[in-house]
Amino acid sequence: MHTPHLDSKTPAGPLESKWQRYCFDSKLIAPHNKRKYKILVVGSGLAGGAAAATLAEQGYAVECFCYQDSARRAHSIAAQGGINAAKNYQGDGDSVYRLFFDTIKGGDFRAREANVYRLAEVSSAIIDQCVATGVPFAREYGGLLANRSFGGSQVSRTFYARGQTGQQLLLGAYSSLVRQIGLGAVKMFPRTEMLDLVVVDGHAKGIVVRDMVSGKVRSHAGDAVLLCTGGYGNVFFLSTNAKGCNVTATYRAYKRGAYFANPCFTQIHPTCIPVAGDYQSKLTLMSESLRNDGRVWVPKKKEDCAKPPAQIAEEDRDYYLERKYPSYGNLAPRDISSRSAKEACDDGRGVGPGGLGVYLDFADAIKRFGEPVIKERYGNLFDMYERITGENAYKQPMRIYPAVHYTMGGLWVDYNLMSNLPGLHVLGEANFSDHGANRLGASALMQGLADGYFVIPHTLPNYLATVKPGTVKPDAPEFKQAEAEVNERTRKLLSIKGKRTVDSFHRELGLLMWDKCGMARNEAGLKEALKRIPELRAEFWSNVFVPGEGEELNQSLEKAGRVADFLEFGELMCLDALTRKESCGGHFRTEHQTPDGEALRDDDNYAFVSAWEYVQGGEPVLHKEPLVYENVKLATRSYK
Amino acid sequence: MHRKTMNFTLRVWRQKSANAAGRFVDYPARNIPDEASFLEMLDIVNEELEARGEEPIAFDHDCREGICGMCSLVINGLAHGPNGSHATTCQLYMRLFDDGSTIYVEPFRATPFPIIKDLVVHRAALDRIQQAGGFISNRTGSAVDANANPVSKRDADGAMDAAACIGCGACVAACPNASAMLFVGAKVTHFARLPQGQPERDRRVLAMVGQMDKEGFGNCSNHYECEAVCPAEIKVDVIAHLNRDFDIAKLKSATVGV
Ligand SMILES: Cc1cc2nc3c(=O)[nH]c(=O)nc-3n(C[C@H](O)[C@H](O)[C@H](O)COP(=O)(O)OP(=O)(O)OC[C@H]3O[C@@H](n4cnc5c(N)ncnc54)[C@H](O)[C@@H]3O)c2cc1C
Ligand code: FES
Repeated sequence: MHTPHLDSKTPAGPLESKWQRYCFDSKLIAPHNKRKYKILVVGSGLAGGAAAATLAEQGYAVECFCYQDSARRAHSIAAQGGINAAKNYQGDGDSVYRLFFDTIKGGDFRAREANVYRLAEVSSAIIDQCVATGVPFAREYGGLLANRSFGGSQVSRTFYARGQTGQQLLLGAYSSLVRQIGLGAVKMFPRTEMLDLVVVDGHAKGIVVRDMVSGKVRSHAGDAVLLCTGGYGNVFFLSTNAKGCNVTATYRAYKRGAYFANPCFTQIHPTCIPVAGDYQSKLTLMSESLRNDGRVWVPKKKEDCAKPPAQIAEEDRDYYLERKYPSYGNLAPRDISSRSAKEACDDGRGVGPGGLGVYLDFADAIKRFGEPVIKERYGNLFDMYERITGENAYKQPMRIYPAVHYTMGGLWVDYNLMSNLPGLHVLGEANFSDHGANRLGASALMQGLADGYFVIPHTLPNYLATVKPGTVKPDAPEFKQAEAEVNERTRKLLSIKGKRTVDSFHRELGLLMWDKCGMARNEAGLKEALKRIPELRAEFWSNVFVPGEGEELNQSLEKAGRVADFLEFGELMCLDALTRKESCGGHFRTEHQTPDGEALRDDDNYAFVSAWEYVQGGEPVLHKEPLVYENVKLATRSYK
Repeated sequence: MHRKTMNFTLRVWRQKSANAAGRFVDYPARNIPDEASFLEMLDIVNEELEARGEEPIAFDHDCREGICGMCSLVINGLAHGPNGSHATTCQLYMRLFDDGSTIYVEPFRATPFPIIKDLVVHRAALDRIQQAGGFISNRTGSAVDANANPVSKRDADGAMDAAACIGCGACVAACPNASAMLFVGAKVTHFARLPQGQPERDRRVLAMVGQMDKEGFGNCSNHYECEAVCPAEIKVDVIAHLNRDFDIAKLKSATVGV
């Protein structure tokens, strides 16, 4: 079907001045009018927390929602390694343009130039803002901020707070948020889950939520809705995400008309603790920052795999990243490093149980710097590794394996961060905008805070200026209808009373997605998944057992609702993966690779964003946003 | 794939709702891999309960990597379980327990943390304490360059040590007086060690302590149980810091004003 191309609303003019021009041309809302606008912010992570705090500070009436018991527990808290910014404090040749270029290239040329440039441009102000709110970044003895390196870059531009950067950034945003809560400018609704989006006359005007303590379903109306609900990596069941991370908020918006962009672009992180057994509930990341000092290797010979690593001689080790990518070495980007680990293991040279692991070895770094220095840099990660595996990584190499970590796909947004549904804005990991087909390390924190602190406060007024505030109330028929649908769904889930647990369905879906739509994909596998998912979904709706009642705290019901959405969304991911007949970034189609096994892009036919429109009872419709590169030259991504 | 499995008897606090009476109920936990975490062990028990058509045990959790502060159990009488490991419940592994033993599982108990259901409690009181003053008032976009004010590594590290608090409330649950001094002290110390934190230093400590008292948290009488259970290894020094800052701020408020 032919559909018109999507308009990204990218401002005209040279790349370097687009954002400044945009800000100058933007509409302003007078201070006394701001409080008449109610903004619903779903999510309190870096994106939502920063947006809610800043918009409230500017005078808007803000309501903020999260499913945890406190805004401070959003999953941004778990980010370890760091946040990028083009400060060039190290004087090593960094610049806004270099950060922009690295990010575009890192994304394998599947992101929108103007958005990425803006991200790089505001990155510097993020660090200033964080320091001003008291984020205790690592410092050098001279009192200035310290930096480390992350994958896909040859400069040192990553700011960090030990191995807890996300925690400190989030607590910074949270402190600004609670200040506004105390001032009465933000009303916070913790333990509240968004279950539907309400659209009135084509505009997003509210949400339906379930109070997770009382189980009561109710509506909130507003003049704009900001979805800052994070990523959907849990579609794979096992991932580095928190257990509650879900696709529900964005998927419900999709079902109400918002386009879902590039759903198949998922990031498999190379350095996670390998799966140990089928009881396992999640996977734990070992920060990419470890690759600053750790060397990745597997034995050259299969026979050596079972030997203790210390007994494998230096010349019998294959430091495969250093061998294949000499100029980036162990800091090759994530998609490439993950795929190389998979190749080594597929080749029978993996280590540890099941042969699904590679070594990350610190022996050289410890010899060079001493154990105390390594401890200061990564102590908490080594401790966590020991708690989980019972092994001491100061004495023997870590065993790591790739795991699902981040989702580049998300709801489609234009330059304003507004979806195709007027009024619906999407920030942070929940949107698709900045990372193309692969995200570079330390750039999600940057994007979340950029969107929340510095972009949305400038772009939202352009929408608000076009609507009269407070026109829709939660007793409008559209709200009643959406509430009724939510209640009906709950009733249905509780009434099936089948034989299988929610988790058993989630695990089965996850395995299927990992096998067919994970690190490597191909037509046959994807077609198989597209056949299997609807069957599994049908079984879910006829044989799941959800105990308890609707109007109480009911964790099984919460899970069931999320898994029901994953069971639909997984299909959209596979469809997107099947449709994109090229390899790019984290999307590796085995049919499309170079002779030496690298991703083979097809710029003539696939230099576009896939934006899927939901069609009730039919196949989703694909809309394309062509990616036009005016500044960078599309090139084969090389890290050799 | 896993090598060793273990068996336990769980004695778990079940409480249908905030106002219902609670009681301990025994559940067998069978064939638990020694590599499973405490919460994965509960997952296995819950799956069995559900398979039998019973209601699973409700407990709070999210990140399962020891950082979000959401998990909150008292295990064998200790907040976050056998200590010495300085880990949250989600980072506790079954290999630490004796095969065949009986394990008591209770919610965090403190008057300011009312029970919602089973092992799930309300900890919004901690948010309200931070709301009262646990922040630096700066407008987004008004900051000076991040390197404009150098901070000694000693102070930056000291601030980070205190800022590492995950806000789980184990300190409160472990304290015989249900004191929140470790939590408040950590936040006050974090900001007090940084130049940005100075302008509001006095107001902050007065406001946070005022709210802490209002919420019904008890006083510190030097039991140090809080430090012993803290998964973020916050030291009781922050309480000394808090007391000193509080005294100075009170004196100032009585004289020059804060
Ligand atoms: C283990 C780990 C380590 C990482 N390390 C780094 C790193 O070093 N550097 C880096 O740049 N990036 C890192 N990332 C990625 C980065 O942390 C995330 O992409 C980013 O923090 C996402 O922020 P967010 O605000 O978009 O979403 P989140 O922080 O996930 O917040 C989502 C919010 O939405 C709420 N929510 C979700 N669904 C609903 C619903 N249905 N109803 C109501 N509320 C809802 C949640 O309660 C939460 O408040 C890491 C990620 C992981 C998992
Ligand atoms: S679940 Fe996050 S700290 Fe335990």
